[in-house]
Amino acid sequence: MIDFLQRFGGGTIGALERLGRASIFLVQLLAALGSLVSRFGLLVQQLFASGVMTLSIVLVSGLFVGMVLALQGYNTLVGFGAEESLGVVVALTLVTELGPVVTGLLFAGRAGSAMTAEIGLMKATEQLSGLEMMAVDPFKRVFAPRFLAGFLALPALAAMFSAVGVTGGYLVGVQVLGVDAGAYWSQMQNAVGFTEDVGNGLIKALVFGFVISWIAIFEGVDCIPTSEGVSAATTRTVVYSSLAVLGLDFVLTAVMF
Amino acid sequence: MSSLNATLDDDATLVRIRDLHFSRGSKAIFRGLDIDIPRGQVTTVLGPSGTGKTTLLKMIGGQLKGERGSIHVDGLEVGKLRRRELYALRKRLGMLFQSGALLTDLTVFDNVAYPLREHTDLPERLIRHLVLMRLHAVGLRGARDLHPAELSGGMARRAALARALVFDPMMIMYDEPFTGQDPISMGVLLELIRTVNTALGLTSVIVSHDLEESLSISDYVVIISEGKVVEAGTPASLRESGSPWVQQFLNGSADGPVPFQLAAPDYADDLLGADT
Repeated sequence: MIDFLQRFGGGTIGALERLGRASIFLVQLLAALGSLVSRFGLLVQQLFASGVMTLSIVLVSGLFVGMVLALQGYNTLVGFGAEESLGVVVALTLVTELGPVVTGLLFAGRAGSAMTAEIGLMKATEQLSGLEMMAVDPFKRVFAPRFLAGFLALPALAAMFSAVGVTGGYLVGVQVLGVDAGAYWSQMQNAVGFTEDVGNGLIKALVFGFVISWIAIFEGVDCIPTSEGVSAATTRTVVYSSLAVLGLDFVLTAVMF
Repeated sequence: MSSLNATLDDDATLVRIRDLHFSRGSKAIFRGLDIDIPRGQVTTVLGPSGTGKTTLLKMIGGQLKGERGSIHVDGLEVGKLRRRELYALRKRLGMLFQSGALLTDLTVFDNVAYPLREHTDLPERLIRHLVLMRLHAVGLRGARDLHPAELSGGMARRAALARALVFDPMMIMYDEPFTGQDPISMGVLLELIRTVNTALGLTSVIVSHDLEESLSISDYVVIISEGKVVEAGTPASLRESGSPWVQQFLNGSADGPVPFQLAAPDYADDLLGADT
């Protein structure tokens, strides 16, 4: 029993200490963002690495998620003779929930893990120490561009996910199942509000982008600089980011909608 | 303050370490280390693996801070510098990491040009000249377009040396430069360290456990063990040292003051008492 309490206490203190380190790290990270003004090229490079390279998986997933939504939604709605509202169902689900959340999960798996692995390996191969010894601040040159890129890329990806999803819903709902095209689009236009639905979805995506990039970069910097350490850190990034996305989604939904 | 320190410091000493204490977790790495690194010479810090030789270099460069004691580099106390001052000092220090620590996404040329591009507004033509001169000095002008992954370990270290030299530092620190090198790369590195030191008027600090190689190019040698300096002097004076520990280290004897067996319970008791 004592042993259990000891381990439990030790674990809690360890976790809190880590959270503290991560918070200090975040403050340093935010303080370094200003330096990107003069190094815009670094940001563009990272936007390409984490944003553009994640685009294909996001678009394909978006298309299929939209198609499945239309299929499921149609089967339910047709029972009430309300299949004309299919556009609303698909668009609202995508824009407020599935767009930010699924994109967040995909982003954590594709770009977050890559960020952690890259930074972890830079640490393991002494590249970060090397930069410091060259009087180059890794916060400004390595961490800040990746952080801002993740923060900016996720909302854009989520928007594209939703757009492609709505198109997928159109393909299945209108082209295959025979819902009226005019009803699909016009009902969607009437029911989906820009600020309350699209805007709030965007806020979610921004928050997820912030948290995933923070976790991914911190895990990379904080990893044990060995192959096992980097692999464990990469796994932690995906697990923690995914949990954070799902947990925060609940909180944000409760607050905003 | 810094000028005061500079006058206090002996001009012949570039790095002065006094009563340095450092521990990692519960393990004490340094317990009162005193080292003077003479200006303009090649100094080697020798010691068994795990004595914190790399840690020492990181502390000189201000990446780690000690719990007690001081490190003065060119009259400046490293632990007390503000961030800006520390970065200014680091620009005058070069460090060669064991792995080279080249940035893997840049070519050799861009790696060597990196510090110049980061810290100066020099025109690209001048940067090209400076980089090619440094690459030529280490014999890698022909490798300028290669990526670090395409280099052998020895070539990566030479490229890293070119990068460390590009800012004309006053001191270069080498972290285990000879580990895992074939005889030719080893010869090249030895030659480079020595000629670079003389030709550019640098101070060189090497940490290593490769004994013969280090002794052959050093003017001054410091041996550390268990967190303290065991012996310091010229290579010749070390060979004549009366300390049995130093003799064991220099001759590589398996048993001596550093026992072959780690401290353990009595052998017979241990075998007979296996079941209890």
